[in-house]
Amino acid sequence: MSVSEVLMLVIGAILVTNVVFQMFLGICPYLGVSKQLDSALGMGMAVAFVMTLAVAVTWPLQYYILEPLGLGYLKTIAFILIIASLVQFVEIALKRVARGLYEALGIYLPLITTNCAILGVALLAIQNEYNYPVSLAYAFASAAGFTLAIVIFAGVRERLELMDVPKVLAGAPIALVVAGIIAMAFMGFTGLGK
Amino acid sequence: MAKTNGSQEFLKGLWNENPVLRLLLGLCPTLAVTTTVQNGMGMGLAATFVLVCSNFVVSLIRGFIPARMRIPCFIVVIASFVTIVDLVLQGFFFELSKSLGVFVPLIVVNCIILGRAEAFASKYSLFRSLIDGLGMGVGFTLTLMLLGAVRELLGNGTIWGFVITPASFHPAIIMILPPGAFITLGLMIAAMNWIAQHAEQRAKTRLRAEQLARRGV
Repeated sequence: MSVSEVLMLVIGAILVTNVVFQMFLGICPYLGVSKQLDSALGMGMAVAFVMTLAVAVTWPLQYYILEPLGLGYLKTIAFILIIASLVQFVEIALKRVARGLYEALGIYLPLITTNCAILGVALLAIQNEYNYPVSLAYAFASAAGFTLAIVIFAGVRERLELMDVPKVLAGAPIALVVAGIIAMAFMGFTGLGK
Repeated sequence: MAKTNGSQEFLKGLWNENPVLRLLLGLCPTLAVTTTVQNGMGMGLAATFVLVCSNFVVSLIRGFIPARMRIPCFIVVIASFVTIVDLVLQGFFFELSKSLGVFVPLIVVNCIILGRAEAFASKYSLFRSLIDGLGMGVGFTLTLMLLGAVRELLGNGTIWGFVITPASFHPAIIMILPPGAFITLGLMIAAMNWIAQHAEQRAKTRLRAEQLARRGV
């Protein structure tokens, strides 16, 4: 893959095949942690960190351990265990080494284990047969797309709090309708990138 | 919780504790695969199988797992059944497996399944865990099929692949694209809230009427 192709892939992963609006990954944190702008940004950064790290570990695991041993079919089990322990490990390491970062991201880290975007992107990087650097770029770009989506959404929801929403629509229903409208706006990017 | 019988345990998954519409769990596959009724049903049945099996196994081994290690243990149990489903779908239902895509392995992180293992199967007997898993699974499947039906009808003019709309009907493609998924699910949850609100209102008026009648008014 040439540099321009990688660049197209990155732009595409952020805007066109956005993890939330196109792939439907990570909807739970997307709806759960988007009530305030600050926490949305924190969640987005934590996802970017763990997603890149997860792909950095799962890619070699698949190609250097599972496949040579003929255990490719175990990748779902292996990946989820790796991601779960990685999150724990990152939490402990951050607590010791980077106190400031831990305080900023700490509470979002345990939530990430059940974020299907992490496992989904790790599996998609293998499925799409990207090489190692491209996989890392893809993971980071996907996470950037997630951050963009959740920050925009949180901005809208902060305003929505002050609106007079019909009682039956209050909470999750109106949030989903808003997400649908943002997804529609993102469709305008179709055709851009790859 | 004290005196629930089997049928109540089953029915709560369909309505009162419907995983998607009430608890807002498992939204990723719900939104992603419901472009047609078939896909919705395929996903629902695959998740139901994993849910019932993992509830069964988790309930069986609930006495042996140390409390602090339980989540990783549950994940291994769930991931094993998901791998079975994935391989079976690839082997025997290749078309379905292709259209569900990455969401088959992602049943592992479907919060409904881990949620039921943690909240129910690790505490209750084998029989009740099985019924609970079955009820939740059927509730999930029916919700997915309903959502799939609405989107397929409005977006493609068909249900289960059969054309049922007149030729003059122009399908709104947006319904089978991502925005349609978000908006339809949002309105479905709103409809559910509306029905629940009305039922509550009616129960209240009936109670009032009974009280008044008892007082002899």
